[in-house]
Amino acid sequence: MKRTGAQILWEALIREGVSTVFGYPGGAILPAYDAMLEFPIKHVLVRHEQGATHMADGYARAGGGVGVAVATSGPGATNMVTGIATAMLDSSPIVCITGQVGSKLIGSDAFQETDITGVTLPITKHNYLVSRAQDVARAVKEAFYVAKSGRPGPVLLDITKDAQQASCEVEWDDSEVTLPGYRPDLRATQEVYQRAIDMINNAKRPIIFAGHGIMLSGAMEVVRALAERANIPVAMTLLGIGGFPASHPLNLGMMGMHGEAWVNSAIQEADLLLAFGMRFDDRVTGNLATYAQNAKKIHIDIDPAEFNKNVKVDVPLTGDLRHVLEEILPHVTEGDRSSWLKAIEAMKGDCAVRDIQNLPDSGHLYAAHVINDLWRVTDGDAIVVTDVGQHQMWEAQYYHHDQPRTLITSGGLGTMGFALPAAIGAKFACPDKEVWAVVGDGGFQMTQAELATIAQEQIKVNVAIINNGYLGMVRQWQEFFYDRRYAATPLLNPDFVKLAEAYGLSGMAVTKRAGVVPGVEAAREHAGAVILEFKVEQEDSVFPMVPAGADLDKMIRRPSPIVETAAD
Amino acid sequence: MRHTFAVHVEDTPGVLNRVASLFRRRAFNIESLTVGHTETAGVSRMTIVADTDDHGALRLEANLYKLVNVLRVDDITVRPSVQRDLAMIKVAATPETRTHVMQLVDVFRARVIDVAPDSVIIEATGPEDKIDGLVEVLRQYGVIEMVRTGCVAMARGPKIGGLGDGVERGTQVADEAPADDSNVSYSV
Ligand SMILES: Cc1cc2nc3c(=O)[nH]c(=O)nc-3n(C[C@H](O)[C@H](O)[C@H](O)COP(=O)(O)OP(=O)(O)OC[C@H]3O[C@@H](n4cnc5c(N)ncnc54)[C@H](O)[C@@H]3O)c2cc1C
Ligand SMILES: Cc1ncc(C[n+]2csc(CCOP(=O)(O)OP(=O)(O)O)c2C)c(N)n1
Ligand SMILES: [Mg+2]
Repeated sequence: MKRTGAQILWEALIREGVSTVFGYPGGAILPAYDAMLEFPIKHVLVRHEQGATHMADGYARAGGGVGVAVATSGPGATNMVTGIATAMLDSSPIVCITGQVGSKLIGSDAFQETDITGVTLPITKHNYLVSRAQDVARAVKEAFYVAKSGRPGPVLLDITKDAQQASCEVEWDDSEVTLPGYRPDLRATQEVYQRAIDMINNAKRPIIFAGHGIMLSGAMEVVRALAERANIPVAMTLLGIGGFPASHPLNLGMMGMHGEAWVNSAIQEADLLLAFGMRFDDRVTGNLATYAQNAKKIHIDIDPAEFNKNVKVDVPLTGDLRHVLEEILPHVTEGDRSSWLKAIEAMKGDCAVRDIQNLPDSGHLYAAHVINDLWRVTDGDAIVVTDVGQHQMWEAQYYHHDQPRTLITSGGLGTMGFALPAAIGAKFACPDKEVWAVVGDGGFQMTQAELATIAQEQIKVNVAIINNGYLGMVRQWQEFFYDRRYAATPLLNPDFVKLAEAYGLSGMAVTKRAGVVPGVEAAREHAGAVILEFKVEQEDSVFPMVPAGADLDKMIRRPSPIVETAAD
Repeated sequence: MRHTFAVHVEDTPGVLNRVASLFRRRAFNIESLTVGHTETAGVSRMTIVADTDDHGALRLEANLYKLVNVLRVDDITVRPSVQRDLAMIKVAATPETRTHVMQLVDVFRARVIDVAPDSVIIEATGPEDKIDGLVEVLRQYGVIEMVRTGCVAMARGPKIGGLGDGVERGTQVADEAPADDSNVSYSV
């Protein structure tokens, strides 16, 4: 039987296991939308195509599958660019489908024609321009395969209108995709393994670096087994949070620019770093010339282009983290590293116990308290999706994640506006989980239109707006490095409670510390989505802080420990 | 330093764009890039000369392998290889100077492929420095136009290997990583 390209598209998506897509219609994708009604597909109508891409991204990060976003040609497609770049930098598997003008019109500056494969070439893992109905099925299959295999990433499929409309016979091909130039399955040699094993067994002061690759590879258990057997403490990157339980005695906390002071100090004293699926981002290393000079480095990564990119490594091990560690684990000897663990404990001293619950209430509301209370009230079990800025760092410091894929955040691109749509995507991937968006007053306003999506879909995503009246993280840089000249960072905000109500949602403002727990509890109990606005201290800063390019252990510390937050 | 890469790619639309875009995105300078068919249908071969150090060359190779349409990358800088550039040079040549020009052409084993009343077109192939030398001596007569293909290169001896045997390739590792703050982004 003959099928149109549009019908083939949906059937091919369903064959890839797709049940939900996030999209926005328009002329060039209309044939696909029309055909969609015949298929068991849940379509979530977004309010901006950027939102669709972040939703697909949040869906992928929360559920571990591939997220799908759909848009029309021209402005629909270009609105996707930020979301695609966000997914690219954080290795998130999404497939973006755009309509394109008819193939005969390509190159003619036709109405709503944009060369979106050209535009997205450097920010996709791969992309396709499909101009014949008979190529649709294969392109979809390849797109999913490329997006999720190896180092995951975004793939864009640009399908011309005539390719959606034309009919052809389809034969479904169930064989594995093989692409001659694409090798997601690189492996290191045995000799390299042996060097790694010897180094681990001989190390006196090792630290494991838990990166995002742990989630992407599903390596939580083997990482934990290795850490426990060899008694190696574990530090996390921002995107590695959740890859190792925060409550585990070997957990040290986050490393890097806003990481824990003792973690950064320990890194500078370590004799071995075991980098597990992390890419030594410049927010992680600080000044490279002085970075971890005493340590040998073992780097396990599925993407060999990451080796020696920023940090010179002694043993690079190419491959999927879980597979590599499963080969290494049996050869790792039980280690007694108590003196190293004690030394790190001593570095903590009395600084920065992130247990801030018992500090007296001074009448001020600090974001750290809000987030810490959110953690307590949700039993640390919610999926928290953050935006970008100070609140993002406080989330990383004060919400303790024991489970993988429970912190979803834009790390590499640092995309403001990510949280609200990504939280919606996460809720669709995990409908039974409690989902919170933790977002700044600035970033919230970048994609707040997606409140309408929440309302229309009647989903329960709670939103905690950390309202400090500033583009806080930028204000902090101005305070530290620009002489407190607050150029363009104070915000005049709308009434967020009324805004929520305008969308038919519930809004609530909290101004006192005593109001936080009741507020969060009320939001949880309410049937629909609740927008909780927390009016927090305006000029609070995130500590510690390694200024960009400074030595990792030369951190700016909280000037005089104030009682309300921990003495960072 | 200059590195010469032989890059086999699938002959699909946009592949040249993908490769060129990679160089730009990763901030590598292309000195020359040529592309053409190979002995295998559907496979094109590029010769790319880039100005980079050994560390950069390894990074480039690993990044080229990340392109789905790239089949095989060989840095042939370190291997014995032959490299050729082809140039066509239009030189002013009056009846008085023509013999001088012809003599130079002979010395450089180039050829005159077209003669007009007051100019000739010279075709020359050879390593780039030979062609540079020829151009240098022709300048005094007046070089009117010149076109060069850029370098094409091939390793000597047996073929380096099949297109599919690159599974462990792209994993070599440089021993130097940059140790300055050139890669720190100072953005919020
Ligand atoms: C305001 C702000 C402040 C920040 N401050 C900090 C900070 O203080 N500390 C910090 O850590 N980060 C911080 N970040 C985040 C930082 O920019 C990076 O995004 C983060 O460090 C990247 O973590 P990662 O390397 O673990 O993950 P990714 O960037 O996602 O890298 C994952 C790595 O794992 C590899 N991989 C993928 N799949 C596999 C697999 N199956 N097997 C093996 N390897 C695999 C990939 O090839 C890649 O190399 C901040 C971001 C912002 C916006
Ligand atoms: C789209 C985008 N534009 C600009 C920035 C630069 N930036 C980083 S953090 C920040 C301030 C965020 O303010 P807000 O959302 O209120 O969060 P806060 O830091 O106050 O918690 C800005 C402007 C960015 N990361 N993303
Ligand atoms: Mg703010």
